[in-house]
Amino acid sequence: MGELSHLDELEAEAIYIIREVAAECEKPVMLYSIGKDSSVMLHLAMKAFYPEKPPFPFLHVNTTWKFHEMIEFRDRVAKEMGIEMIEYINEEGVKAGINPFDHGSAYTDIMKTQALKQALDKYGFTAAFGGGRRDEEKSRAKERIFSFRNENHAWDPKKQRPEMWKLYNSKIQKNQEVRVFPLSNWTEKDIWQYIKRENIEIPSLYFAKVRPVVYRDGNIIMVDDDRMKLRPGEKIEMKSVRFRTLGCYPLTGGCESTADTLDAIIEETLSAVSSERTTRVIDNEAAGSMERRKREGYF
Amino acid sequence: MSGLLKFITCGSVDDGKSTLIGHILYDSKLLYADQEKALELDSKVGSRGGAIDYSLLLDGLMAEREQGITIDVAYRYFTTDKRSFIVADTPGHEEYTRNMAVGASFADLAVILIDAKQGVLVQTRRHARICALMGIRYFVFAVNKMDLVGYDEKRFREIEAQIRELAGELSLSNVTIIPVSATEGDNVTKKSENIPWYTGKALLPYLEDIDITEENEEEGFYMPVQRVCRPDHTFRGFQGQIEAGTIKVGDEITTLPSNETAKVKLIYVGDKESTEAKKGQPVTIQLNREVDVSRGCVLTVASGAKVASSITATLLWMDDEELYKGKNFFFKLGTKTIPGIVTDILYAIDVNTGDKKTVTTLSKNEIAVCKISFADKIVVDTFQNHKTLGEFILIDRVTDMTSACGVVDEVHDEETGLYEGRVDRNVRAAMKGQKAITAVFVDGRNGVNRGFAEDVEKALNLDGRHTYLYAPKEGEDFVTVAEHLNRAGLVVLLLISPKQEKILTDSKIEFTTDWNTDGADVEDAAKFIKKQSVYDGATVNGSEYI
Repeated sequence: MGELSHLDELEAEAIYIIREVAAECEKPVMLYSIGKDSSVMLHLAMKAFYPEKPPFPFLHVNTTWKFHEMIEFRDRVAKEMGIEMIEYINEEGVKAGINPFDHGSAYTDIMKTQALKQALDKYGFTAAFGGGRRDEEKSRAKERIFSFRNENHAWDPKKQRPEMWKLYNSKIQKNQEVRVFPLSNWTEKDIWQYIKRENIEIPSLYFAKVRPVVYRDGNIIMVDDDRMKLRPGEKIEMKSVRFRTLGCYPLTGGCESTADTLDAIIEETLSAVSSERTTRVIDNEAAGSMERRKREGYF
Repeated sequence: MSGLLKFITCGSVDDGKSTLIGHILYDSKLLYADQEKALELDSKVGSRGGAIDYSLLLDGLMAEREQGITIDVAYRYFTTDKRSFIVADTPGHEEYTRNMAVGASFADLAVILIDAKQGVLVQTRRHARICALMGIRYFVFAVNKMDLVGYDEKRFREIEAQIRELAGELSLSNVTIIPVSATEGDNVTKKSENIPWYTGKALLPYLEDIDITEENEEEGFYMPVQRVCRPDHTFRGFQGQIEAGTIKVGDEITTLPSNETAKVKLIYVGDKESTEAKKGQPVTIQLNREVDVSRGCVLTVASGAKVASSITATLLWMDDEELYKGKNFFFKLGTKTIPGIVTDILYAIDVNTGDKKTVTTLSKNEIAVCKISFADKIVVDTFQNHKTLGEFILIDRVTDMTSACGVVDEVHDEETGLYEGRVDRNVRAAMKGQKAITAVFVDGRNGVNRGFAEDVEKALNLDGRHTYLYAPKEGEDFVTVAEHLNRAGLVVLLLISPKQEKILTDSKIEFTTDWNTDGADVEDAAKFIKKQSVYDGATVNGSEYI
């Protein structure tokens, strides 16, 4: 029998990590964002424990500004897979009318970062799986697979535990938590190739389709519902677009594309001229912005 | 296409390792356009005044960019037509040795940079030693900055000889030496015309072609159990990753440490049923009968893996706090986490020179050979024989930090003799912070009596000793009983009659008692016993009498 392919190796590593957490951590949860990386994570979790179901729940932090299609997809997949899906919404933020149009970075903080902290505290989760990859951003390239957060859910890059071989140290102090990134060593290309090989279902927003969009600050924003207020001079256009990442619709830039099959997407990705995070509006700030945000508890 | 190659780059601060990797990515057009733009932008504010500084690609953390050094491991991913790569770029400074070790533990191959002007330096030796210690079996020495020595072959040959000498010293098996210039791109992704006297491959083609499987073959089949899968009462399977060999339905396996045999009834590779599985695959194995197996146990076929409770190992200390002998930890080895004790520090190894030296404590980034005892028997082997059963970490029981990592050099054979459960006597004593001894009091001699012994015991207890005052009756086998009490880790105060004393001397047990002189007081006796029972880390086999 020959060597494992590189996708097999990445899959084996991720499954090993997921099983270690299930075996050692007191109360794990898998964060589920409905994106392609989350779809891969869910698929890996189903494989890791088969014929058992994953022995932990999944958590979706809903900002209430997600694409409608994402929520439908989430509910259907959870039902089909027979897993427990917890939805958490920062109700205080909703009551205060916090929205991405008027509140900018405060919106991300309140509806995403704070909401996630609230959810982790509410349920008392001690370990949370995330789909982060080291190829996404420079500071993430240096983050451990088991990444510790202090009682304020913050990351301290100078206090990372040495992580040797595959001997993950999951022990935590009271009120600490660990974020675990089983896809650390995957690249965007690996994710797409794996989705294809394993025939993993992903939301159709990833595929090109004619959608109502406006052009705003160099990004293509889809008009997903009537909460989207047009600025003077803006008009809704019908364009064939797809999304390389999924998030809150007002903050997720699409790209013009005709790639409507997995092969076409992979083809487009492999010859991509910009790495995927440039379509995520919040990352285009000063160098080091992601590291700063993570120290504050962002995933 | 070959599988994934994980490699590490190491070198000292100015050797240009970040530049080398940056150059591979840049040259191979493996960068996305926006990263490339950011790089050019960053360079303008950086130290190289406009020329592209490839190292900016890799030095990600803000603190690092400010200081201009690499303080933590950065992982980079790239794929060529032939292979996928993950490279761990690691810091070269001695104070970040542990971060380098993190990168080395992850890698199959090391690329060690040497400055052609400087040759093999102290740090080169340190990097090679750490890589070898962490289990890397393939080495590429890239002699960098060849442009600055005029691409001189003579200079290269001098350095080559130094490297061969170092490789011999560290018993490195697979060594390749390539002359390069990272800033100019000589022999990085393609063969350089500036170095016609070098006939080997350029660095990237070499990495694309190398086969790293043969040096990593291990004997037999083994799989440490991660968890037991029990979806319902009809199914019980063992989940883990196969670390060596292959397994087929119908094969007979042995369970360790319970040492039972059973046949493989069913195999899942992930969620697919399969008739066989191989090294590296995540599997669920169902056996044909009930066995005593849980997380931390190992399923094996002809691997020769051992079951033992004490080892000799080489540790790399990584904590800010010092290690002293007698300190106890949680050890994680394979999928087993167990309490244990560093019973002795035999000697430290100078990380730069390899010289041995006697030490009593170990500080951050130091290496030492130590004796370790676990609280129970576990499945273990030497790092050389079965890597996954021979590598471990030490977790501080108070702070939960990963304090050290280590590799097993020797597995100790089991002691024979009195039954003492599965906890080593030295572990029991060390957990009480003392050495278990027996202090003999002969009743009625030189003012010693029961009250005297009671007072001494009380004084010892107030001083933190765990003791037992034992006054055997006539006819009791007190030698065996005292032995058991010592094995329990206790300091025994044995109060006997002159008649019983004869039994001791007949058993050839020698003892001297300083307080058996006129005028000895309680305080002197307690002080003496306390001194004799200080934990010194030495492994004790029989009882010691004073």
